[in-house]
Amino acid sequence: MWDYSDKVKEHFFNPKNAGAVVDANATGEVGSISCGDALRLTLKVDDESEVILEAGFQTFGCGSAIASSSVLTEIIKGMTLDEALKVTNQDIADHLEGLPPEKMHCSVMGREALQAAIANYRGEEWKDDHEEGALICKCFAIDAVMIEEMIWANKLRTVEDVTNFTKAGGGCAACHEDIEAILEKVLAEKGEKFDPNAAPVAAPEKVAAVKAPLTNLQRIKKIEEVLESLRPALMADGGDVELVEVIGNTAYVNMTGACNGCQMAAMTIAGIQQRLMEVMGEFIKVVPASEMAKLVNIEVA
Amino acid sequence: MADIYLDNNATTKVDPAVVDVMIPYFLEQYGNPSSIHKFADGVARGLKQARQQVQALIGAEHDSEIIFTSCGTESNSTAILSAIKAQPNKKEIITTTVEHPAILSLCDYLEKEGYTIHRLPVDKAGRLKLDAYQRLLSDQVAIVSVMWANNETGTIFPVAEMAEMANAAGVMFHTDAVQAIGKIPMMLQDTKIDMLSLSGHKLHAPKGIGVLYLRRGTRYRPLLRGGHQERGRRAGTENTASIVGLGKACELALEHIEYENTKVKAMRDRLEQGITEAIPHCFVTGDMYNRLPNTTDIAFEYIEGESILMLLNKAGIAASSGSACTSGSLEPSHVMRAMDIPYTAAHGTIRFSFSRYNTMAEVDKVLEVMPGIVATLRKLSPYWDGNGPVANPEQAFAPTYS
Repeated sequence: MWDYSDKVKEHFFNPKNAGAVVDANATGEVGSISCGDALRLTLKVDDESEVILEAGFQTFGCGSAIASSSVLTEIIKGMTLDEALKVTNQDIADHLEGLPPEKMHCSVMGREALQAAIANYRGEEWKDDHEEGALICKCFAIDAVMIEEMIWANKLRTVEDVTNFTKAGGGCAACHEDIEAILEKVLAEKGEKFDPNAAPVAAPEKVAAVKAPLTNLQRIKKIEEVLESLRPALMADGGDVELVEVIGNTAYVNMTGACNGCQMAAMTIAGIQQRLMEVMGEFIKVVPASEMAKLVNIEVA
Repeated sequence: MADIYLDNNATTKVDPAVVDVMIPYFLEQYGNPSSIHKFADGVARGLKQARQQVQALIGAEHDSEIIFTSCGTESNSTAILSAIKAQPNKKEIITTTVEHPAILSLCDYLEKEGYTIHRLPVDKAGRLKLDAYQRLLSDQVAIVSVMWANNETGTIFPVAEMAEMANAAGVMFHTDAVQAIGKIPMMLQDTKIDMLSLSGHKLHAPKGIGVLYLRRGTRYRPLLRGGHQERGRRAGTENTASIVGLGKACELALEHIEYENTKVKAMRDRLEQGITEAIPHCFVTGDMYNRLPNTTDIAFEYIEGESILMLLNKAGIAASSGSACTSGSLEPSHVMRAMDIPYTAAHGTIRFSFSRYNTMAEVDKVLEVMPGIVATLRKLSPYWDGNGPVANPEQAFAPTYS
């Protein structure tokens, strides 16, 4: 079973705004029945102010799809359409206190339904801007379609190239065999042959900057920045986090306040780790500072 | 009421009698079976007895035909890789579209290596067509690997007949019997099955122990080379406690095989009948008339399996689903797709699998909560309207696919 946050469970077991809005004037229908998720979002929009007065959802899908739909309706009620358009899938995931990487597409579906509904209200045609493939890199949530597109667009040739351009494979490395298979397939389509030892293509400017290994000082500063940005959310729940030590790519943190001894602390730590990896573009391991004592003992012994 | 475990095709509780026979092999007879001292002097006897207990359950002619492995997957890999290494000129493999990933992933990999893989399709009830199979048998085929019973639907394949056909064509035959063991009486010595895989944790033995049955005289190449264990056919220090536990579990399984096919079957049938009568728009998948006695797989239309499981779990009931979301993949179960079950139903399949530890009272409890769970989720579904599915569901709800 998935490691769902309490928030996901709360919205799944007691969904808000389930069902269609009776006199809706905006409808968005998105999803993919082959992968088992589909969502109809109905809105009642005030014609004068463009404020969303009511929102309702009907979802065919798993626990996190229903929770994402439910939390989406809560987020957007009371917003103007322009404000609602700024809601990202990350916002939806954040409101749910995180989603497993395999389930992030549920939050994407929520955002797309919203865009489709607003387009419907405005008499525009909404077009899906991406296709979704099988999840390859679980550390950075990168799917096969994204990797294929990047290989085509940037003439990538090796796993290292793919990691440089998409981050896929930059974490635990378990997906390298899958990435090689995608490279083999795409290169064959291009009439080339996959050579694991091919010279890397030039990395793009922007990613190259991120990719250049951080110095320890830079890494610590960045980690502190990210933690600082996460503290308000933790403090809202009566908890807090402090950075104790950074050794290599492992950050030792103290979970304090309500987080201390909380059953969910491990998941919060996983969430912090996820966010750190996203921001820093490198693999970071977040470990409770209590584990550090064991490390010291080992070294002493 | 205590929590109800109806996921016995995934794994089973270890029988307390099995635990009892294992403990001395952790605490007293923990010597390496290859050693010559009193910490090991009872181990060889324990292993021999276990080998005979397995032999009795599957009806093998000789106890030396039993090779202990670490799991069903290892047995499957050993069987197929042995067949192709022993017969390097044969470049074809016959299997089915509904095998366990332990077979399918290996075959996909071998396909990349240049092997031709024939995957036999199934009909809507999950049955094979034997005439299509007959036409594929040739001297190019290294091995046929067909599961005895399907893990999702419980559908039984005619492996004895298929082994005869393979044998007549001079082709080696392997069966993955992980789900069938202990539920179907077996007498391998009367068949032409050359190799068979089984796994301990599906029949109340611990996880991490399996068996490859290898008919005497079958050409064989080991997967693991090293020591002389298992007569050099599977090197590596024996997992003694688990082997002894598996032996005991096989003895108990043989004793209970009639119970499985009467009492356990009665529980399954009552649950299945109760659900399909009480809940509209649901149906049993697989071959209803040729199934394992303990398994039912029911598709609930217009709702999704993981949601059902989460609500079942909240009610203290454990089952499993063929939906994409439970596994994190983008497609529902390959078994459901192979049977051409529509997506709106395939995502809503729930498998209930029983063991001798279940009771009729548990069945009644599931029957009590199941209609409410399905109704709750259908209320949220865009394919459902009030008391039934929307008219022309495909047109009434046509999401933009992403």
